[in-house]
Amino acid sequence: MYRYDEFDHRLVAERIAQFRRQVKRRLAGEITEDQFKPLRLKNGVYLQLHAYMLRVNVPYGTLSSRQLRKFAHVARTYDRGFGHFTTRQNIQYHWIRLEQVPDILEELASVEITTIQSSGNCVRNITSDQYAGVARDELADPRVYCELLRQYSVLHPEFSYLPRKFKIAVTGSPNDRAAVAVHDIGLRMHRNAAGEIGFEVLVGGGLGRTPYIAHTIRDWVAPEDLLAYVESILRIYNIYGRRDNIHKARIKIIVNQLGIDRYRELVEEDFAASKITSRPELPQEEIDRIAAYFAPPPYEPLEDIEDELDALAASDARFARWLRHNVAPHKQPGYAIVNVTLKAPGAVPGDITAEQMDALADIADEYSFGELRVNHRQNLVLPYVRQRDLHTVWKKLDALVLATPNLNLLSDVISCPGLDYCALANARSIPVAQDISARFVDVDRLAAIGPLTINVSGCMNACGHHHVGNIGILGVDKRGKEFFQLTLGGSSDQNASLGDRLGPGLAQEDVPDAIEAIVDRYLELREEGERFLDTYRRVGIEPFKEAVYGTGEERAIA
Amino acid sequence: MKQMVIANHLAGGFVVFLGPDDRWCRWIGDGRVLEDPAEAEAALATAKRQEAENIVVEPTLIEVTIDDTGLPRPVEIREAIRAFGPTVGGGSGASASSGVGGHR
Amino acid sequence: MTGLVRNGELVEDPFVDVSGADTLPERGAIIVSLEQWQAHRDALVARREPLGVKLRSDQMPQAIADDLEHFDVIALEFPKFRDGRAYSYARLLRERYGYKKELRAVGEVLLEQLHFMLRCGFDAFEIRDPDPLGAFRAAAADYTVWYQPTGDGRPTAMQLRRQRLQQQQS
Repeated sequence: MYRYDEFDHRLVAERIAQFRRQVKRRLAGEITEDQFKPLRLKNGVYLQLHAYMLRVNVPYGTLSSRQLRKFAHVARTYDRGFGHFTTRQNIQYHWIRLEQVPDILEELASVEITTIQSSGNCVRNITSDQYAGVARDELADPRVYCELLRQYSVLHPEFSYLPRKFKIAVTGSPNDRAAVAVHDIGLRMHRNAAGEIGFEVLVGGGLGRTPYIAHTIRDWVAPEDLLAYVESILRIYNIYGRRDNIHKARIKIIVNQLGIDRYRELVEEDFAASKITSRPELPQEEIDRIAAYFAPPPYEPLEDIEDELDALAASDARFARWLRHNVAPHKQPGYAIVNVTLKAPGAVPGDITAEQMDALADIADEYSFGELRVNHRQNLVLPYVRQRDLHTVWKKLDALVLATPNLNLLSDVISCPGLDYCALANARSIPVAQDISARFVDVDRLAAIGPLTINVSGCMNACGHHHVGNIGILGVDKRGKEFFQLTLGGSSDQNASLGDRLGPGLAQEDVPDAIEAIVDRYLELREEGERFLDTYRRVGIEPFKEAVYGTGEERAIA
Repeated sequence: MKQMVIANHLAGGFVVFLGPDDRWCRWIGDGRVLEDPAEAEAALATAKRQEAENIVVEPTLIEVTIDDTGLPRPVEIREAIRAFGPTVGGGSGASASSGVGGHR
Repeated sequence: MTGLVRNGELVEDPFVDVSGADTLPERGAIIVSLEQWQAHRDALVARREPLGVKLRSDQMPQAIADDLEHFDVIALEFPKFRDGRAYSYARLLRERYGYKKELRAVGEVLLEQLHFMLRCGFDAFEIRDPDPLGAFRAAAADYTVWYQPTGDGRPTAMQLRRQRLQQQQS
């Protein structure tokens, strides 16, 4: 993984020193809250319901054991003993004091972790495939370009006051695990006709109040042009993006308002003009220099040991379930990708205690070359586990309640923090997620249901990504009471789709029954090999509407 | 209508209520219940002065009712969560249980 | 107080901003609005006095790209500090259109932004602070390392790394 050199260290140190001064000036009243707010947001500091929240970048979801231990230390020392992993591969702390933030930033900087631009109207954490570098279906490791884009976008003088936040995702595999189609810029690595690797560039995707699937602005951009092309997209957004209405300020709005053809025209014009005057170069030697940081670890030459694993699975049903659901195939023979689920029945999705973090860091050191990943469903990954260590690793994770065998199954629910923590929320999302995961505990039943993603958001800002859940749940406030609207048929992969609204909002206590009804109807209707999403796309929403609300009239909601 | 003034402490971030003597307290039970609109407006004005002095951020008036033990309880669920903490516990798996505070 | 810091020095502003006025004075160095420039172009050019134009944040510099030789100062407005369009306008003026004279940041110019403004090509700033020059100097020194190239010619981390590598190899 990338290691800071003196330049990276110095930039971060200068940034922290600047923020320390800004905090001091705020506490002394030399700047107002209105002036301070964008400054603290650019350092990831939110004021939430109970306390300040600190959002910490995990660049493209790659984490070392040393960094994870530091997260545990911050949780213990400055928070209430736990951290929360988000849908954008970040970690958040929910009980922070502003006056301690500069010290926390220094602690994090000592392990090459920052909060720079984790919020604010600027380019945010660049996210990627959690299986980068180890997936069998990967064309090339996207993290090389994530790191290049990260450096390019940090404290960019032209783009630090964009109309609104800006999110970029990169995938190196045709199986898109990074949800590029719902990002402001999505980058898909692929080969052109000449066999060269480059990027399909998508713009204008996003969730929230007005969700959109991104448009392709260019089929193929060569790696050496990547930074310059991204710069042109950002420049046109900075100049043309709406600034009159905070809910209409994302790039997806202006792209759809102008139309992708016109937006493309403006970008291509700027890109052509910048060639003559000035643009950020990306020479091959720089690509190679960064790529060296992402070279594979010192794998042992091993064979796949399927028979041994099958035998172990046959003798241990619990291990068998975990092996079947949480372990993914690895590029390197003899190795496996282990998914560490933070989704025990009744758990708060994404939450992990300091003790769990420390123990997991030890496991990573011993069994995964000291490296972990954060995925987009609030789970973690050990990317380099030897197959012959799988049973041992499972036992250790199981003892830590980190081995619930439900990856991508119904009870692997994702949820934003919601009204329990967040000042923007309309409803509490965590209890909904807890109720569902507590209701659907039987793993064999979950396996029979098959892959089914449930995403819960506490408000229209959609931090729970409900639009792209197979079942989406959106919390709304109706006359002071919390209701939950369901959507069906969302997906964030390479065939991305936004969910369709099922019907009127349900009371919290009715949500698990509704999920049961939807699942039962799916099981009745499905054909051989169909996942829930496939059946939904084939039969449409009516059968499910009937299942939840009854035939004919819709159930009356008070 | 009974009200109270709620805010966040600027440096610490925690929730505070305007109490007697125009000081801030962390526990809603120690805060000052405002019985009529005139009293509420005056209290809010005091709170806003303290905001200008960089002690608190975003003071607002919230409606409360008094329960049978005499404890003020915010009417809106969001303010109740601010007063009594999240309704869910932090941490994964075994430690995820009902939250702190006196939610009802 | 509001002070004008230009090229790192506190200076008296020789220009009078008449962009809001109904009539233009016959003599003196003035800064006009884009509308005034477009309406009175010939008369303004004929004055043969120092002239400046002030662009609002919704006015793209393309509108004056062919007229740059007539301006001794271009002022770009930041109506609210959140409005970041002028950072792009500044770069376009400097790097795309080749403007070389004074480029002034006016409006809600916060110390936190001076560094970004300098890198985008501004060389003059209307600073609201009891000590405008002191505040400017402190803010300009906030950072000594940059990742991205702009037209200011400051070497980026990428360039410095390459230099260091070449030195090591030789």
